[in-house]
Amino acid sequence: MMTSFLFRAMDARAGVFLAIMAAVIILVPAGNLLVPHGSPFHVPTYAVTLMGKYLTYALLALAVDLVWGYCGILSLGHAAFFALGGYAMGMYLMRQIGTRGVYGDPTLPDFMVFLNWQELPWYWYGFDMFWFAALMVLLVPGLIAFVFGWFAFRSRVTGVYLSIITQALTYALLLAFFRNDMGFGGNNGLTDFKDILGFDIQADTTRAGLFAASGLALVLSYMICRSITRSKLGKVLVAVRDAESRIRFLGYRVEHYKLFVWTLSAMMAGVAGALYVPQVGIINPGEFAPANSIEVVIWVAVGGRGTLVGAVLGAVLVNFAKTWFTAALPEIWLFALGGLFVFVTLFLPKGILGTLNDGWSALRQRRNSSGQEDGTGGPRPQAKQSEDAPASTPPPVPAMSRAGASHPQPAE
Amino acid sequence: MKATSLLYLDGVSVTFDGFKALNELSLTIAPGEMRAIIGPNGAGKTTMMDVITGKTKPDRGEIYFDGAIDLTGEDEASIAEIGIGRKFQKPTVFESHTVRDNLELALKAPRGPFATLFHVISGRETKRIDDLLGLIRLSDRKHELAANLSHGQKQWLEIGMLLAQDPKLLLVDEPAAGMTDAETAETAELLKDIAQDHSVVVVEHDMEFVRSLGVRVTVLHEGSVLAEGSLDHVSANERVVEVYLGR
Repeated sequence: MMTSFLFRAMDARAGVFLAIMAAVIILVPAGNLLVPHGSPFHVPTYAVTLMGKYLTYALLALAVDLVWGYCGILSLGHAAFFALGGYAMGMYLMRQIGTRGVYGDPTLPDFMVFLNWQELPWYWYGFDMFWFAALMVLLVPGLIAFVFGWFAFRSRVTGVYLSIITQALTYALLLAFFRNDMGFGGNNGLTDFKDILGFDIQADTTRAGLFAASGLALVLSYMICRSITRSKLGKVLVAVRDAESRIRFLGYRVEHYKLFVWTLSAMMAGVAGALYVPQVGIINPGEFAPANSIEVVIWVAVGGRGTLVGAVLGAVLVNFAKTWFTAALPEIWLFALGGLFVFVTLFLPKGILGTLNDGWSALRQRRNSSGQEDGTGGPRPQAKQSEDAPASTPPPVPAMSRAGASHPQPAE
Repeated sequence: MKATSLLYLDGVSVTFDGFKALNELSLTIAPGEMRAIIGPNGAGKTTMMDVITGKTKPDRGEIYFDGAIDLTGEDEASIAEIGIGRKFQKPTVFESHTVRDNLELALKAPRGPFATLFHVISGRETKRIDDLLGLIRLSDRKHELAANLSHGQKQWLEIGMLLAQDPKLLLVDEPAAGMTDAETAETAELLKDIAQDHSVVVVEHDMEFVRSLGVRVTVLHEGSVLAEGSLDHVSANERVVEVYLGR
């Protein structure tokens, strides 16, 4: 069952994506570790870390695309799940510091010693073990998303109202994590990490390893998302997105479907956060900032929502631009980001990938119908969307049905 | 009466902001029956469908399906699972899905997320979809997006989806709206076919269409039943003529 499930994810498009990702996962660490310094092909360590960070952002964007692009849930709070996953990983990394901290306490992290705490709070238990922390990376965002979604979807909160309460969720968590007595390091968050699984977190090999792990997590999540969107469940999701009340009358429980993808998506965001923290070396409440979640939505919109690959592309492109802008012209970055969003909304409503898909299928349609002079082969905006975007990639349209399109259409 | 009926409404009332959309409506549909519901605008025809399918909760009254199942406490999804299918007045199909996928979604099968996640379409299902495509005459357009269908074809696709659900009772709201005369006649034939092994409630404005169905007619007016009987019988009723022609 599982093999047929993942097998469904594979086709030419997935193949291209996997090939590119495989090349990136192998070449970037190799360029860092194997190519000597001074060679033009040497990849500096800071670049490995930077690109590793992009990959975790791409994973976060993928998670948002799954709920927004396919199920129509516009989440403006996904950075909260990302940050929760990051905190779970940060707690593990804090406990790994041990006596190497400033105060040298074997169990208490520095900030707790500083606050005069005598013993570890109960919710820090277990985080000295990696497997436990890894489990929490999935469970904490998953559980919070499940409870949130249970109430929101059962009450049929949709559209802009849902978006607003997701913002409220991330803002509430921001305020909570700012408090020192929450026991998560307050304003400063968790930082000064030493090692992960026994490897020095600053070492080039560890950095390369984290980069590869981020790439693999992205590939795996992509395969899972694609298996879902190409399954019958994926078709139900798109139906929910397009006509939520209609699908109820077919007997589908919309709230169960939403809850399923919502929880899964939150868990993916948690994994992204957990891979992000060891690479950037810090997690603080700033990650919960409402603006972060909105930025993720912009990445997905730029890349093309409902395309999966587009989310990855958008996240990498926008963050690359951000890196460049904030170094070269720091004061105009926010204007550039805002301008980009306006531009995409006005001129590329389907995002980069959606627009490319349209162009590609229009071209193919024109080539196919070059023999027919009846003008049916002309690009029709609605038809092209099917070629890739939402749920299914229908088999190539046989000549028969294209001829059918030229039949007189009664009763219009 | 209640025990032997397929659908039983008794004293059902619905009020929207003081407007009585349904007023002590009582109606019984026998198993295997086809019934046409007519009435002027605002008579409560669509509200009646909403109440039966769980979209609107009645303020008062009881609704039973199959003699024993109380529908007033159920939501849309469970009522659909119990066996009531509905076609909307405005054709509502999933436009970014292909015609074939629309039928696949409607096909009777387990409706849970995990069942659909691991669902692999069986040969029996493919055959059923192909049969339905033939019936609704969309075989050669099955890979096209539903958005590209004409209005009449969307109506037919929706009827096909209704059949794919295989419900015991079909509620069909204005199936002939916006159709050409030829299409209307074909739709009447299709509904008569369907009525052979399903119970059907058809809401329609078009008197010619209702006549061609040749079934028992219920006239609604201001949320309750005004007259019931054959079309000739109800059109002879003075009150019916009055509400249709205005006072």
